[in-house]
Amino acid sequence: MSTHLLPAPPRGGILIEGLRKVYGHGDTAVEALKNVNMQVSPGEVVGLVGPSGSGKSTLLKCLGAIIEPTSGRMQLGSDVIYDDGWTVRDLRALRRDRIGFVFQAPYLIPFLNVIDNVALLPMLAGQPNAQARERALDLLTALDVAHRAHAQPSRLSGGEQQRVSIARALANRPPVILADEPTAPLDSERALAVVRILNRMAHQAQTAIIVVTHDEKIIPTFKRIYHIRDGQTHEEAGQGLSVE
Amino acid sequence: MISLAGRDIAHSWGKFVLTGLGLGLLIGVTLTMAGVYRGMVDDAHALLNNSRADLWVVQKDTQGPYAESSSLKDDVVRSVRGMPGIAQAANVTYFTMQVRAASGTDTRVMVVGIESGLPGEPAYLLAGRQLTRSHYEAVADVKTGFALGERIRIRRHDYTVVGLTQRMVSSGGDPMVFVALKDAQEAQFLKDNDAIVNDRVRTAANPAFNRPGVPGLLEAVQASQTSSHNVNAILVQLAPGLDPEEVAEPLRRWKHLQVFTRAGMEEILVAKLIATAAKQIFMFLVILAVVSAAIVAFIIYTMTLGKIREIAVLKLIGTRNRTIASMILQQALGLGLIGFLAGKVAATLWAPVFPKFVLLLAQDAITGLLATIAICALASTLAIRVALKVDPAEAIG
Repeated sequence: MSTHLLPAPPRGGILIEGLRKVYGHGDTAVEALKNVNMQVSPGEVVGLVGPSGSGKSTLLKCLGAIIEPTSGRMQLGSDVIYDDGWTVRDLRALRRDRIGFVFQAPYLIPFLNVIDNVALLPMLAGQPNAQARERALDLLTALDVAHRAHAQPSRLSGGEQQRVSIARALANRPPVILADEPTAPLDSERALAVVRILNRMAHQAQTAIIVVTHDEKIIPTFKRIYHIRDGQTHEEAGQGLSVE
Repeated sequence: MISLAGRDIAHSWGKFVLTGLGLGLLIGVTLTMAGVYRGMVDDAHALLNNSRADLWVVQKDTQGPYAESSSLKDDVVRSVRGMPGIAQAANVTYFTMQVRAASGTDTRVMVVGIESGLPGEPAYLLAGRQLTRSHYEAVADVKTGFALGERIRIRRHDYTVVGLTQRMVSSGGDPMVFVALKDAQEAQFLKDNDAIVNDRVRTAANPAFNRPGVPGLLEAVQASQTSSHNVNAILVQLAPGLDPEEVAEPLRRWKHLQVFTRAGMEEILVAKLIATAAKQIFMFLVILAVVSAAIVAFIIYTMTLGKIREIAVLKLIGTRNRTIASMILQQALGLGLIGFLAGKVAATLWAPVFPKFVLLLAQDAITGLLATIAICALASTLAIRVALKVDPAEAIG
């Protein structure tokens, strides 16, 4: 993929242009993404909305450095992802250090307590245990789950688990967070609370957050919404949510 | 970095411990099998040590008295004593039989006929005294369960247990009962009264032995049939400083007897007599090792399959393959360690209950531990292979 001609995205933001992903070859080829264009600035939370089979998951996997797009440009900060020279190890480090993931279900590691679930990422990045736990505790405090720091994930409510998973996503101070249906298992009140947290974190840490959702309750809360259908995106403005 | 394997084990310790205990029983059986073999070897050595002999003189062309039957006339010992380099020589008989205790219970023992104060006599006693009377006294190994002063029945006669000894066993592991040589000869070779009467009638009916012109022939033949002067072996102690082989060679050459040194007898007992049993045990050990490996592999594989989502999440958030492989390997080793400890404890507890001597050696335990580690490491490769193939995308769906 070429890196010239295109403008650099804002520092830490994410820029996608003409992204295309084809599964299979020849007659059996399926074009999951046709022409995806997105730009998310630091501190911004955007929604990615689309029906099943529209290409949301494929886009998320491309953004998450899990699968390689067939063509197009994907830029994270000043780095063009999947440009020449990206090894498996580099992509793993990218996922660990520069992309945070929040899943539909929290998917916390059941045999680690809450604080270690969050501290695991900094530890994997090579931080000393004490420092990683300190960072984890700060995040848990910010997300109001510090009182459950030493509990096992199975002891937490759904909302608490999701807040812990957000803390985990933020643990390595990534410039980008990808959230896949983070409010799906939650009721309206808790879903809005999670969106507020994401907005607050985006604002405080200047993190670019993409929230994949088809949760009608939270779609209006995004200032910008990317609709994806048949592998193509188009942007529209949303109401937004006050960070305060 | 925190130990993911340690945390997982701590989180589901009940499952690990129970699985480890199950594996431990298998490892316990494996250690016990090794102990049974070691016990057989030790029994063989105990048999040789307890006889206090440097040479075993047996019937020509036999490998007696332990591995094959051997029969010598009891006066051969006199000519053996006359050979150069021999300090002491004693007749000895061995035969295995059921001995009836005073309570009426039968105990399988090896009855040893010895000459008092000579090689073959028990080296030490736990209680009581050595044989002093010519007849109807016995010294028994404690494993027979006989008590001091107890009356036991050997063939037609009752014997009083006057002494108790320990670790006096046959190569088959049967405890020994020592009686006077004459008593043993009678018990081993003398027939019962009915058989004697029948033999006398049969001999009298044979014209070759009952000739009218040869008075006394029939009585002489009948007398020879009812007396025994056979022994199974002669135990020889050498004068100090002599090479056993140098003393053995003239005995073989001039007395036309088979003579074994200690090394030769050890070869017969350890390498030949228990060779088949050893191979049998080795086969069991191989099968148990394979079964253990299969169980560990199956358990770790199943546990890994149960964690596919967590592994996908770990991979997605940037955990290295090495860390995930290490987690699975450590869990396999942890399981093996729990199993080994449980197995060692189980083997130690149940070994004394075994009817035959089970010798659990530290070196076997160390070998077992190393084998367990190797088997667990090998068994974990299957699960590691599965884990490394997990696609991080599975965390997203």
